[in-house]
Amino acid sequence: MLSDNLDAPLKTPSAGVFVWPRFSGWMLLALLIAALVLVPVAVTFSSFSHTEGDTLAHLTEFVLPGLIVNTLWLVLGVGIAVSVLGVSLAWLVAMCEFPGRRLFDWALLLPLALPAYVTAFVAIGLLDFTGPLQTALREAFGPMQLPEIRSRGGVILVMSLALYPYVYLIAKNAFSTQGAIALEAAQSLGLSRTQGFFRVALPMARPWIAAGLMLALMETLADFGTMAIFNYDTFTTAIYKAWYSLFSLPAAAQLASILILFVLVAVVFEQRSRAKMRYGAVGRSAASRRIKLSPTMAALALLYASTVLAIAFIIPVTQLALWARDVMADDLDSRYWAFAWHSLLLAGMGALIVVGVSLLLAYAGRQRPTKTMMWAQRLATIGYAFPGAVLAVGLFIPVAWLDNWLIDTGRDWFGFEGHEVLKGTLLVMLLAYLVRFLAVGFGPIESGLHRITRNVDEAARNLGTGAAGLLTRVHLPMLRASLLTAAVFAFVDIMKEMPITLMTRPFGWDTLAVRVFEMTSEGEWERAALPSLAIVIAGIIPIILLTWRGAHSHG
Amino acid sequence: MKPTQLLAAFALCATALPVLAEEVVVYSARNEQLIKPLFDAYTRDTGVQIKFITDKEGPLMARLKAEGRNTPADVLLTVDAGNLWQASEEELLRPIQSKILTANVPAHLRDPGNEWFGLSVRARTLIYNTSKVKPADLSTYEDLANPKWKGRLCLRTSKKVYNQSLVAMMITEYGEDKTEDMVRGWVSNLATSPFPDDTKAMEAVAAGQCDVTLVNTYYYGRLMEKNPNLPLGIFWPNQNLKNKAAGVHVNISGAGVTRNAKNPAGAQKLIEWLSSDKAQNLFADANLEYPVNPKIAPDKTVAAWGGFKQNLINVKEAGSLQVQAVKLMDRAGYK
Repeated sequence: MLSDNLDAPLKTPSAGVFVWPRFSGWMLLALLIAALVLVPVAVTFSSFSHTEGDTLAHLTEFVLPGLIVNTLWLVLGVGIAVSVLGVSLAWLVAMCEFPGRRLFDWALLLPLALPAYVTAFVAIGLLDFTGPLQTALREAFGPMQLPEIRSRGGVILVMSLALYPYVYLIAKNAFSTQGAIALEAAQSLGLSRTQGFFRVALPMARPWIAAGLMLALMETLADFGTMAIFNYDTFTTAIYKAWYSLFSLPAAAQLASILILFVLVAVVFEQRSRAKMRYGAVGRSAASRRIKLSPTMAALALLYASTVLAIAFIIPVTQLALWARDVMADDLDSRYWAFAWHSLLLAGMGALIVVGVSLLLAYAGRQRPTKTMMWAQRLATIGYAFPGAVLAVGLFIPVAWLDNWLIDTGRDWFGFEGHEVLKGTLLVMLLAYLVRFLAVGFGPIESGLHRITRNVDEAARNLGTGAAGLLTRVHLPMLRASLLTAAVFAFVDIMKEMPITLMTRPFGWDTLAVRVFEMTSEGEWERAALPSLAIVIAGIIPIILLTWRGAHSHG
Repeated sequence: MKPTQLLAAFALCATALPVLAEEVVVYSARNEQLIKPLFDAYTRDTGVQIKFITDKEGPLMARLKAEGRNTPADVLLTVDAGNLWQASEEELLRPIQSKILTANVPAHLRDPGNEWFGLSVRARTLIYNTSKVKPADLSTYEDLANPKWKGRLCLRTSKKVYNQSLVAMMITEYGEDKTEDMVRGWVSNLATSPFPDDTKAMEAVAAGQCDVTLVNTYYYGRLMEKNPNLPLGIFWPNQNLKNKAAGVHVNISGAGVTRNAKNPAGAQKLIEWLSSDKAQNLFADANLEYPVNPKIAPDKTVAAWGGFKQNLINVKEAGSLQVQAVKLMDRAGYK
């Protein structure tokens, strides 16, 4: 810990005098937050102690090879698709002018409100052999061999359409603050606009694109619902299988550890690219600097953006609405208001907690920018790559243990007669949401905080602002866009979340996502459309809020 | 109102209200829309309040296990005997002595150790396309591995516990090697990759993507109710066999009293009620299943499918052999 103390000279303890290492409060905070995330990891790994060679040997021989291939293809496919989609759309919307640009600015974020597992069952419902498209084609042209939606390509397509907004939004922020400057610099060196994009603007934005890509890929790795609908085997589905079908916690733990290893490697790479981030706001991009596209190019841009929006959002939602219309009479009852209310309340509380803790964590990094701090920060965010149910159990077990201890102590000392102290509350749930979604909150806030240079701090200090004032009167207003982005990401993600909510909810706390589970687990996809639609509608509002406020603070 | 009248009214209300309504807490892997009508009926009949939570059986049992002594759950209600066997293995349930349950639930559909009891029965049987297949072409589960069905078979994923139980029971009936050959045969006859649920598999049969599939009877009932014109027929396999494999594979949804139940008496009464006449009709009809109590007639839609001989091996084998079944399916390449 002495190395954390950057300013004081190294003290040599004289004989008999013990020198306490300088503990930074910020360091402790960051370590505590990281420790929270490591609890479920530790719980999962604790089952390593029972070696169960049989199951693991079986999995290694028959299941693991296919898994690794599947996962690698998935990560590659989604990674490329999401990057291409996100970056191209972000560039068009941030830097160019074409008809409808203002609409697409926020509309292209709408797929965030649609859970990937919903897009999955809509896509299969529409495009599979038994769906309306193939049936119509068969009736018109006779039996024909069409590309199979229930395939690797189908999974990549659905996940990419659901996850590109992460890259889109973050890249858009990067381009709108740096893009114009980068292009001007490139053009002053004699490069064309295209070259300027590829050789200057894109590399400058790369750390931000990497951050968005990390979010998308972590969510892909952790996803279970979509993989279950496609029957696509990944590490997450194998962990479930080992745990619940083969009743082998050790095997599940071992698979989970391989997953975490992958994620840590990716985190290390991202850390390296983060180090190349150019800090400081580079000036705002004025509307007058937008690239005016030729009519053909503008038409193509419009077509491209419209197609993406159509297949990622409009078509799935329309199908949901049609299905919901059929079941609404039977299923829509007064309880739906309670479900919606629970969803909104939990998402709201969860988002507040995630944003608050993310801000603390990011601030800690600013105050004590050491290597340990960096690692603590990175570790704190890996919860996002953890399969939801594993995380839920990993947190539930220690909380239940703590609860039992509290109850027993309470009984011995105070005659406490109840059976729940922590378990009946929302504590576990909110804690699990925090651990899982810290990544989506931390990413945008840290990027935003990095943009506030030390010069700003010094200027404020010179003008007499104290530490508290620095935060509230200088940093927070400058961070508004990032805070809003973080809040919206967290809110929407919690609304869509299923396994943690299912497992940790107290009695009577069913949410819309729980309803979707009830229906899809019985194969009643049409009935699942109603709560799915409600989730989408509830999620759209914060998204529109985000971009409306965002548009007001940028040029 | 005069003060005395007010006082009288208050006293009346005070005595009419139960001091604390009796409560039974249920952890259910059976979906909310299927159990809520039953629990509401129970509350109407007896005044006992039922609090319940639904979730997939895996996390539910993990939760029960973590809560240990202080679990609020009195009853564990799940689908599939495999899950109930597992709960018993994990020491999550307690044995109960109940003449009512012994009388109402046939021996092969309850735990020999009295820790869990079946409450409704579902059969996993063959569904075929009536315009392409004649009943005379079908005979047994094993026959589906015959090359004559190449490219004509659709199946649900092996990840669903229903198929795991089916294969587990087959291991009991035929032994592991023969079952593995059978499953390999099934896989080579698949027309397309396995479906995430039974309904999709049946829709594929109706659309002509394949000709025959294996489903739980209630999914067939539900689909035909929604869409009566589908060219789908139901067939009971293994009827003419004389060995252990005779009869259609059946499974149960059932319940047990949790080991650390706070209200074990109330829990037992609830399970007994669920096996009684009134509840049996509600329980089974809501989902087009067969009542576990053989004296109760099933719903008329269900009865119209005809009678069949069911396999009489105790369903607990579905659980005890589940791990072997899953590994077998992995080896056979059944996804």
